[in-house]
Amino acid sequence: MIEFKLPSLGADMDRGRLLEWRVKPGDVVKRGDVVAVVDTSKAAIDVEVWHAGTVHALLLQPGDDVPVGTAMLTLSGADEPVEAAAQTAPGAAERAAAPAGPAGPAPLAVTPAASPEPALGRRRISPAARKRAEELGISLDTLAGTGPDGAVTIEDVQRAGSAAVGAAPAAAVTPAAAAIAERMSAMRQTIAAAMARSKREIPHYYLATEIPLEKATQWLTRANAERPVTARILMAALLIKATALAARKYPELNGFYRGGKFEPSAEVHVGVAISLRQGGLIAPALLATDRKNVDEIMAALADLVKRTRAFSLRASELSQPTITLTNLGEQGVELVQAVIYPPQVAIVGFGKPIGRAWVEDHSLRLIPVVTASLAADHRVSDGHRGALFLAHVRDLLQEPDKL
Amino acid sequence: MEANAVRAAIGQVLATIAPEVALDALDPAAPLRDQVDLDSMDFLNFIVGLHERLQVDIPEADYARLVSLGDLVDYLVAKRPG
Repeated sequence: MIEFKLPSLGADMDRGRLLEWRVKPGDVVKRGDVVAVVDTSKAAIDVEVWHAGTVHALLLQPGDDVPVGTAMLTLSGADEPVEAAAQTAPGAAERAAAPAGPAGPAPLAVTPAASPEPALGRRRISPAARKRAEELGISLDTLAGTGPDGAVTIEDVQRAGSAAVGAAPAAAVTPAAAAIAERMSAMRQTIAAAMARSKREIPHYYLATEIPLEKATQWLTRANAERPVTARILMAALLIKATALAARKYPELNGFYRGGKFEPSAEVHVGVAISLRQGGLIAPALLATDRKNVDEIMAALADLVKRTRAFSLRASELSQPTITLTNLGEQGVELVQAVIYPPQVAIVGFGKPIGRAWVEDHSLRLIPVVTASLAADHRVSDGHRGALFLAHVRDLLQEPDKL
Repeated sequence: MEANAVRAAIGQVLATIAPEVALDALDPAAPLRDQVDLDSMDFLNFIVGLHERLQVDIPEADYARLVSLGDLVDYLVAKRPG
């Protein structure tokens, strides 16, 4: 008999609420079958089982709000031996302590539920429209969008603003809209809890360095000139690969700090911070980053961004990043001093690449430069090693053809 | 190809990436990415979408010329046969 437990979806998600069962006692399930829909602060997700067997008993009722690791159901006649590691939710403390654990699929996978609610992935409101709505004191939940696919445009907000004069605000909140607002608020609370814990527990130290991107830019320009538009590579892919290789070389920046000690990770899974259009962010793992080539990283990144914004992530991606990368990109500013995502011990930031006058070999040239930063956990590493790590990232980016 | 048809295609592609944006509300002369929050992945997807919809090849070297909505329309009209 196997007890099937609620999986963790990362350090910041410690509870889930059962929305519905997809199985009943007596049902035969196989690996990958969806057994339940669980609501977390970030999304409603389908929980899949990774054992075949027969459902024996359901241990929870819909509506139950339980901590991660709570037994959800029991399975009899499971087709494989019950290993401790396989029984343990991916987020549990044992996970990284068992580097020799099963190399196969994670015990659980999570995919988005076909939820009756509108997908949160695209609460179709522009930042400008949201700002205007705030100024006018209009609840976004009450707005009907007239843009493509019901998107709320700034005109909708203006119109509602005119109509709302004298009317009772937020009188017509629809249940679906309220659910979205509730989830956004829950995501903000989730981020707040994780970041507050980070700042409370982790003695951060911060380093930054300017990295010339002339060679990387030239390499990308050449590579992309030969490629169809569908196979082009972004600078982000090179930054991710360089970070992954450096993390492999400096293991004290790659892993988890749990139970008062550091557990280095044999694998490098770079978590990539992906902002959501409606606000908030998720940093899912680009799995086995250091073993992928740049093309594979680009494909995986495109897929990850798409799925993150559609809330279509797997449990392993949410719980497994061993180090995080945040890339402000072209629309940002030069420097980010990031907050470590516990139980990780380091986060690497890249600002907006800008043109700089750069002196090298006694000559002055205008070249693109990016400011790379590292925030790392002083309980695990020191500034000296952190500096070597950043310097290695810089060196790797000077030989982009070797990435 | 007619500018209006190109503009409509741009609107359709943009809607898949930034659904909240009303094309008519954009200033055709101002930088697109200042008006619509498009990161580099969004912009790449935008270019891929235009390529697929209009069968126009858009080399990366031309990105620098594609700043405003007006630039895009002019460029695509000129590139598109017929």
